Amino acid sequence: MTKRRSPWLRLTALLIYGFLYAPILVLIIFAFNASRTNIIFKGVIAEQGPYRLEQDVVQSAPCGPFHWFCQLPNNRELVNAARNTLVIAFTSTLAATIIGTMAALALQRYHFPLKTFSEVSLYIPIVIPEIVMGISVLTLFSAVFSYLNTALPAASRLSLGLGTVIVSHIAFSVPFVALVVRARLHGFDRSVEEAAMDLGANEWITFWRVTLPLIAPGVLSGALLAFTLSLDDFIITFFTTGPGATTLPIYVYGLLRRITTPELNALSTLWILIVFTALSVSQLLQRRSA
Amino acid sequence: MAEFAVELRDVSKRFPGPSGEIVNAVREVTLQIKDGEFFSMLGPSGCGKTTSLRMIAGFELPTSGEVYIHGKPMGQTPPYQRPVNTVFQNYALFPHMTIGENVGFGLEMKGVPKAQRTARVQQALAMVRLPGYEARRSRQMSGGQQQRVALARALVNHPEVLLLDEPLGALDFKLRKEMQLELKRLQREVGITFVYVTHDQEEALTMSDRIAVMSGGRVLQVGPAFEIYERPNCRFVADFIGESNFLDATVQDVQGPTATVTLTGGLTVYANTDLSLTRGQAVTVAVRPEKVGLRPYEGAQNAFPGRVEEIVYIGTDTHYSVMLNGDQRLRVREQNEDPYSRPLANPGDAVTVYFDQAAARVLTE
Repeated sequence: MTKRRSPWLRLTALLIYGFLYAPILVLIIFAFNASRTNIIFKGVIAEQGPYRLEQDVVQSAPCGPFHWFCQLPNNRELVNAARNTLVIAFTSTLAATIIGTMAALALQRYHFPLKTFSEVSLYIPIVIPEIVMGISVLTLFSAVFSYLNTALPAASRLSLGLGTVIVSHIAFSVPFVALVVRARLHGFDRSVEEAAMDLGANEWITFWRVTLPLIAPGVLSGALLAFTLSLDDFIITFFTTGPGATTLPIYVYGLLRRITTPELNALSTLWILIVFTALSVSQLLQRRSA
Repeated sequence: MAEFAVELRDVSKRFPGPSGEIVNAVREVTLQIKDGEFFSMLGPSGCGKTTSLRMIAGFELPTSGEVYIHGKPMGQTPPYQRPVNTVFQNYALFPHMTIGENVGFGLEMKGVPKAQRTARVQQALAMVRLPGYEARRSRQMSGGQQQRVALARALVNHPEVLLLDEPLGALDFKLRKEMQLELKRLQREVGITFVYVTHDQEEALTMSDRIAVMSGGRVLQVGPAFEIYERPNCRFVADFIGESNFLDATVQDVQGPTATVTLTGGLTVYANTDLSLTRGQAVTVAVRPEKVGLRPYEGAQNAFPGRVEEIVYIGTDTHYSVMLNGDQRLRVREQNEDPYSRPLANPGDAVTVYFDQAAARVLTE
């Protein structure tokens, strides 16, 4: 028997989804725009052939409709920004995953003074406005650097750059990893760890052979979350980045102030694809672990 | 080889409780468990039996006192260096490993070569009647099967002592009965000392060579099943193991093993005692319901008139609640020998209850 639902419910749902996804859909469609100025949609580049431009409209290109995607690797600045972004995302994810997992394990298992306080303070970065965090991290770096640089030789002075971005990304990713791993640890049966120790495995072997394999889905989905957060981050990166450490979001923001070409849409489309895949995998892992 | 497989000397364990108070889980427990013995720790939840077991395994360290295994003080020795293995209440099988990997884990940790390991795993699984289950996963198996795997995983290491923490608690009644006999058989076969924790008195009575009855973190009585049941040393043991009638009384006279006591209602009861009692002392007389009868017989030292208040038919037996003249209630349990299970008396009937002096036991605690 099917339950009768109000048609309004269906309509509302449809509108909400439309509201969420229409801009993304438009963005993707414009990635195939033949118009170079990308203000009006002038159709898809239909012809594959030598590059030919007429009145700012691409008539034919070697990659055909994927012209703007093919253009991406030719842009040195963009490639650099992409590389920086990936380096930052991978390193900060790795570090944040390790620290976050350790924090989750410690909070789950041990009772210690100020436990509630450390738990709450761990999660504060999740709710704090990003701009506040950006300013505070920048202030911290400036203070520490100005102090240290008086003692360091001129050649090895510290300054903002990839390193500072990575550190700040680790800082805002750790709470998310800890949160996801803790969810996985909730209801974790410690007797399997005791069983391993009882059978002769010391703490280290027990962790690698029993604990980690069992919480792996949570750790992985935490890592993927941290990865997508790092890929996307603009505000904190904006405050902590330095010369030569431009990331994709920063680069794109810079472009927007000048002109927008469909290249930007092509880049964004790839971006959405990567983030969407990472989030889907993270969700799947969490569901399987449940 | 030391005389005792496991010895606890003055072992206490205190925990900080959830709201900051101190919980005395185990208080000055001293126990001696003999080599090759099937030893049970029996008591209600929170009596300290599981904490005691966990201190033998090394999952908890005593706050004071010492645990010895074959004469060696365990001190701070971690679980992975103790010559014992544990079977957990919830089996605690590794869900991400096959049954073969589970059972072989202990041997792998000891560095036993793969070929030898495979052979011993096969042997261990055959011993618990699960031959050829190596490639399965625990979630594909029933509770009873998982419990057998947990047993195999522990026994394959030939521990000096096997610790079992309510291993049958999660199984249904029939399976539990079956596993009780199976465990007893295994213990005879391998000859390893078993230390068994349970709250189920019947389980303890069925399997154990000796039982320690625990309550409130202390050991109240240690002895074979017969002794614990027939000669409980305190009211708690008499009440927890089986059923007992408790009658308040005052000592009149003691001559050898025979105590003459007066019940609060004025009736005089002859009871057995091995305590030194003084005249006028307030005591409790414990009488098992099945040792009291409604049928007269030769030589019953105690016979009291009363009136049946209630009867309950429970299949094999019928329970009669009898109010004795003088305001003391006595439960009587009579076997339904009659082919039609006709009751010996009906509510309201005047009856006489009979019991031996040996069926009544004087308790002071």
